[in-house]
Amino acid sequence: MDVLLQLLFTGLGIGAIYAMVSLGFVLLIRAAGVVNFGQGEFSMLGAYLLVVFFNVLGLPYLLGMALAIVIMAGFGVVFAYATYWPLRFRGGLPVIISTIGASIFLENMVLVLYGPSSVQIDGLFDAPGIQVGPVFMDSQYLSILVIAALLVTLQYFIFEKTLLGKKLQATSQDKEMASLLGIPVVTMVMITFAYSAAMGGLAGMLVAPILFVSVNMAGAIALKAFAANIIGGYGSIPGAILGGLALGVVETLGAAYISVPYKDAFAFLMLLLFLLVRPQGLFGERIAEKA
Amino acid sequence: MSALAARPWRGLPAAALATLAALVVAWLAPAQGYYLNILMQASTYAIAVVGLVVVLGYCGQISIAQAAFFGIGAYAVAIGTVDFGLNFFVALALGVALAGVLGLLLGLGSLRLGGHYLAMVTISFQQILTLVLTNWIDLTHGPDGVRDIPRPTLLGVSFAGGNAFLALCLVALVLVTLAVWRLKSHRLGRAMQAVRDNDLAAGTCGIDVFGTKVIAFGLSAVLGGLGGGFFAVGFRYISPDQFGFAESIVLLTMALLGGVQSPFGALVGTGLLVVLPEWLRFLRQVYLAVYGAAVILIMVFLPDGLWGFVSARLSRRALPDATHVPPLPLLSQTGRESAELVLSVEGLAKYFGGLKALDGVDLAVRRGTVHALIGPNGSGKTTFINVITGLYRPTAGRIRFAGRDVTALPPHRRNRAGLARTFQNIRLFRGMTVLENVMVGAERAGNDVAGDPAAVVRRALAALDFVDQRGDAFRLVGTLSYGHQRYVEIARALAGSPAMLLLDEPAAGLNMTEKHALGLLLRRLKGHGLTILIVDHDMTLVEQVADHITVLNFGRRIADGLPAEVLANPDVIAAYLGEPRRHDAA
Repeated sequence: MDVLLQLLFTGLGIGAIYAMVSLGFVLLIRAAGVVNFGQGEFSMLGAYLLVVFFNVLGLPYLLGMALAIVIMAGFGVVFAYATYWPLRFRGGLPVIISTIGASIFLENMVLVLYGPSSVQIDGLFDAPGIQVGPVFMDSQYLSILVIAALLVTLQYFIFEKTLLGKKLQATSQDKEMASLLGIPVVTMVMITFAYSAAMGGLAGMLVAPILFVSVNMAGAIALKAFAANIIGGYGSIPGAILGGLALGVVETLGAAYISVPYKDAFAFLMLLLFLLVRPQGLFGERIAEKA
Repeated sequence: MSALAARPWRGLPAAALATLAALVVAWLAPAQGYYLNILMQASTYAIAVVGLVVVLGYCGQISIAQAAFFGIGAYAVAIGTVDFGLNFFVALALGVALAGVLGLLLGLGSLRLGGHYLAMVTISFQQILTLVLTNWIDLTHGPDGVRDIPRPTLLGVSFAGGNAFLALCLVALVLVTLAVWRLKSHRLGRAMQAVRDNDLAAGTCGIDVFGTKVIAFGLSAVLGGLGGGFFAVGFRYISPDQFGFAESIVLLTMALLGGVQSPFGALVGTGLLVVLPEWLRFLRQVYLAVYGAAVILIMVFLPDGLWGFVSARLSRRALPDATHVPPLPLLSQTGRESAELVLSVEGLAKYFGGLKALDGVDLAVRRGTVHALIGPNGSGKTTFINVITGLYRPTAGRIRFAGRDVTALPPHRRNRAGLARTFQNIRLFRGMTVLENVMVGAERAGNDVAGDPAAVVRRALAALDFVDQRGDAFRLVGTLSYGHQRYVEIARALAGSPAMLLLDEPAAGLNMTEKHALGLLLRRLKGHGLTILIVDHDMTLVEQVADHITVLNFGRRIADGLPAEVLANPDVIAAYLGEPRRHDAA
């Protein structure tokens, strides 16, 4: 039982990372109709930026994180102009391919600069963690859970309670109507890209002390965030969060009780299972087209 | 005539030449080393990429697991020949079959849903396969891979040498390319393209949309497996990392860069992307980054891929001339007006959540009559047509068509029973020519010409004659004016020899002249005795052609009868013009 609780804690921590990246995915799907295959690279770049600021330049950890988040937000806009903007009227597939191109480009640029070996980085806190009853709460996992929870709350507040949030929602629901109402749709889409990149970057920084920083971290995270998105319900925001958490828990438990080498398979088996049994995911997706 | 007649030998001379060229290339290639590897890689990859042309280019479904199917073929051959001592060709057949079966299973599970689901399922499959190849060491040899894969002997000819086996790969590639090229103008290929361009319309044209997608995906998996089988023996060594997600992306990029509309695009794309990283080697470490950037640039500047770009500029030659092809007259399976009911609907209801779009509607259409369904906006007319043609499932009620209960049938089965329709917002197959659009209508299963390509063409031309659009037969349908597109849609419906034609607001968006011409066309159709159910707002048109009118309002039938009675009915007038209010009277 104690072991199970401990595993649940760890699983939720990893799941929170998937949830954050998955949220970035979902927001782009909703705002721009873009399935971004470069989402994982946002996390990788965020982590490398933190390495530069903290390990190399010796800036304070939190300052480094803040700088990295700002840079990632700006990078999100650049990314949008390179991959989404020129192809925005040509349907989903060309944009998918161009984001794939961008992810190849980014991974290999980082590979050139930093080489293939992974980089270690300190966690947010020096203290290893705290013991709560039977569960040892590692400080980094705890930070991830707290920050993810704060972020989700903040996002909920922005989306539901502010004018900016209403505009973003209007943009995601009907771009044409939104622009007729005077909402600057382009700005809204760019804000979404910036936010998505910043959040992806933050997720990368948070997971960096656990997974280490490497070029390969992008692919694994992105694919699972993708899976979380389906499990939760394609394009659903609460779905992305719950799907991510569920995925983290399932794969942690699967690795502990079933098989370590097949750890990564659990996520995808779960995804296949959902696609076969409940394809609309936990929170459902509209699947209808009007003739 | 020659441009249109069925030609069973089509492409064979070119394929023979290509085979000869392939043999020369294989003979000239060095027996081993760098250039041989490049050629071997390009030819085996190309087979898999041509498979992607089928699923992605023809059918419009995104598969991100081509490297997985490639890997299944490769491992089947490797394990089969090395560990089980099977003959190469036997192992290859097993691998191809396994890839095909897995492809069918994945397709059956995911293709009923929206487009991105296949992408997700294939990604998952890809990841799981990589893990299995790496970790099931007893079967797959694990991360070390399989070594010393033997090359085969066929009919006493040894393919042990690099050149000989390369020749075998290239010949296989030529045959696969030929087959996929011919598929494009085959009935099945046309069905795939129809599904890609407009799956709703494809269903109402008698195409089994789901089945067609599954077949396309299965075929692409088969070609993936075939390419992989050759790859394993070509390189004589395989390992799991050669068949991962990244390789699937490479294969997908090859297809898109070359152009997914044609197998030749696949060849160009594969050749380029096998060679491009080699050319870019002078850039040393950044070459893959440059490659990634090149992918974006090509997507931006060459949307149809390299082959699409080139062929669009080369094929400015004159369009084929169809004037000498004798049309095959339209079948009228209708006969004279009679009391027999073609369509009878009882208590039809369709609720969207709390909204009762249709609420217990009865309607009967007699053979050989033109029946009009009218009603104000939002009265449920289009919902009615969509339920009748099977796009929506009714909440309650029964639909009998041509003597049988079709309530539970999917759209394509209803079309095969003789129910054809047009759409309010025109739904043509925009990537295809006018003639091809109408051919899709003509070759529905159960039509008299189905299965005879020459007759299909002639029937399609007759349908185009009927709506006076034959002159545009070889133009892309999207280049026609709106009014003409409407005629093409009607021709597509007529070509399938329907027992009944449903026209959903055919006059919508037409100008006065076009409306007049449409009225004449409907009268001619009526003159042929075709049973028609027409939905429209245009009272002039309805009065001109209708024998019987049913009026809907708020999902309920408020009037039904002869035009003169119905149009004088105070409820109908109120529904259209609103209740007269006292202070308006002046």
